[in-house]
Amino acid sequence: MEELVKALIEMQEAEAIRKAKELLDRGTDPMKLLEACSAAMEGVGSRFEKGEYFLPHLMMAGEMLRQISEMIKPLIKEGKSSKGKSKYLIGTVKGDIHDIGKNIVTFLLHANGFEVKDIGIDQPPENFVEGIKEFQPQIVGMSGLLTLAFDSMKKTVQAIKDAGLRDKVRIMIGGGQCSEQVKEYAGADAYAPDAIAGVKIAKEWTGGK
Amino acid sequence: MKQRFIELAPDAEQKQEERFTIWRAGEAIPFAGADAKAAYQERVTLIKDAIQLKKKPSRIAVCPSAGFFPMQYAGISMYDAMYDYGALKKAVEKYHLDLELDAYNAPTMVSGKALEILDFKLYQWPGHGVAKEREYQFVEDEYMKAGEYYDLIDDPTAFFLNRFFPRIFGALKPFETIPLLPGINEILLVPPFARPFGTEPMKKALTALTQAGEETLGFLAVLGEVGGKVMGRGFPAFSGGFTKAPFDVIGDSLRGTRGVMLDMFRCPDELKEACERLTPIMVKYGVNSCRASGHIMPFIPLHKGADGFLSDEQFQTFYWPTLRKVIIGLVNEGFVPQLFAEGGYNQRLDVISDVPKGKVVWWFDRTDMKKAKEKLGHVACIAGNFPVDLLITGKRDEIRANCKQLIESAGKDGGYIFTTGAGMQGAEPANVKAMVQAAKEYGIYQK
Repeated sequence: MEELVKALIEMQEAEAIRKAKELLDRGTDPMKLLEACSAAMEGVGSRFEKGEYFLPHLMMAGEMLRQISEMIKPLIKEGKSSKGKSKYLIGTVKGDIHDIGKNIVTFLLHANGFEVKDIGIDQPPENFVEGIKEFQPQIVGMSGLLTLAFDSMKKTVQAIKDAGLRDKVRIMIGGGQCSEQVKEYAGADAYAPDAIAGVKIAKEWTGGK
Repeated sequence: MKQRFIELAPDAEQKQEERFTIWRAGEAIPFAGADAKAAYQERVTLIKDAIQLKKKPSRIAVCPSAGFFPMQYAGISMYDAMYDYGALKKAVEKYHLDLELDAYNAPTMVSGKALEILDFKLYQWPGHGVAKEREYQFVEDEYMKAGEYYDLIDDPTAFFLNRFFPRIFGALKPFETIPLLPGINEILLVPPFARPFGTEPMKKALTALTQAGEETLGFLAVLGEVGGKVMGRGFPAFSGGFTKAPFDVIGDSLRGTRGVMLDMFRCPDELKEACERLTPIMVKYGVNSCRASGHIMPFIPLHKGADGFLSDEQFQTFYWPTLRKVIIGLVNEGFVPQLFAEGGYNQRLDVISDVPKGKVVWWFDRTDMKKAKEKLGHVACIAGNFPVDLLITGKRDEIRANCKQLIESAGKDGGYIFTTGAGMQGAEPANVKAMVQAAKEYGIYQK
């Protein structure tokens, strides 16, 4: 198991996949394997924060985890209980079709134990509002690469207010040309300069869960 | 094999002077009068002095990046700008003649009709995937598969013709059947060469391409009119050609962000070889496109090299070596690469200072300009980076203060062009005017 964690942290894809398969073949509890993956992701995150790892490493970590999850899926009989998990609703705002940043944040939130609902790209304010009503998240993340996303973010926050949901959620923004200034403009609660920072803020907001 | 694009050529300096002379002369430009011509030449000189680092210009050239702001400023939609060429012309004229900047920005627009005819899939554009009031946007995908590196490396042109074009242009799918051209070298090989062009699907594809070409000629004629009018009033074009970093060709349009990032781990050698293979082509593309416009500065938007997108090691292994070769290749032909470093380049400043002195423009988006001046100011003109978020959300006083601070930290002793960090779409017109006015005021050098 330690070797798996090490391979994951050091971006040794082939080695990590081989080790995971070996462990499963030997009858290792798949949940234990997932826990090891989670621990490895913390290692990756900490290297990112130290400035040793960058976006490609997060992508590769996500890719390795995806492959291992696929191996494990058929072995888990019941869906993992989502009880007690913090909920995060994420989407790219109206008029913007970019999703790479959003996808990375989604993957990292999953790896950090959040229950995430990704409503997709080019989402109008009403879809965020509907999503909040249905999913009841603690946190809403709005993504956008373009400067034209600023107004969509502002309108989305306004729509959430108008629906009487603003005090039910905390809102963060991220992507492209976003900044603290844009956060103020949109009326969000935080600006995340990168994916790891976004996860960190989310963890702070939810007491680490 | 002979190593190319490593050393500065002995005649690069002289070639650059010749190209500046051509650009400054503006022979093809229909000047409105002698004053307009003099104003044009004065502005070229401001930019030239900033680039060459030989003397301090009389003032800082103010050349914000228009982006899609002119359309919004004139009250036309993005759809209008791509489909109603007359409306685009009016908008671009109004923007430039109202604001009196030091450079003309040719609109970053293309004919929507031509895209439709070709069934272009690489982007969505207003009325075609995105709303009519929105700008065109790139569609991320793996347009080249991970297993196709050697197809690209062996013959980039064939790869583009047979694989990439059929994938990004629905109408050009029959191009899959065009044979490998170097194979056609004998009398008996004429039939396999000619055969695909006689088929019904190919006839349709070629007709579509002809129609797209005709549409584009009409579009470009209108752009030519507006360019002639604005330049003819004394405003030189800010750039006039285009090329890209080889890594970005692969990372943006062929493999996509996710693809190229995984390839760095999975097939680093193939990726590096492909970047090398594209290098002379990207040099030539920049040279040819600049020559066609009589300009000296090819615009080179840099995407995947930004802070955070690559580690330092990855930047120095995959991105920088071939970008530097493209830079040297262009400089050796007398051109001035206009390197637009999108995102932050704070971690890259040491590495990217390895360029010949007075031969390039480093244009920054979200880089600390004080640090950029310290690290690069002795070798390169820097440009940037008034924040567009401030133009959208800020107040007049903040804007003036920000201009002053930017010019003080980046503009000291010349070697600087004032511009924005990105296209100004979404900006408040009053804020743009306040920025331009402040930049002109603060940008005068004391004798």
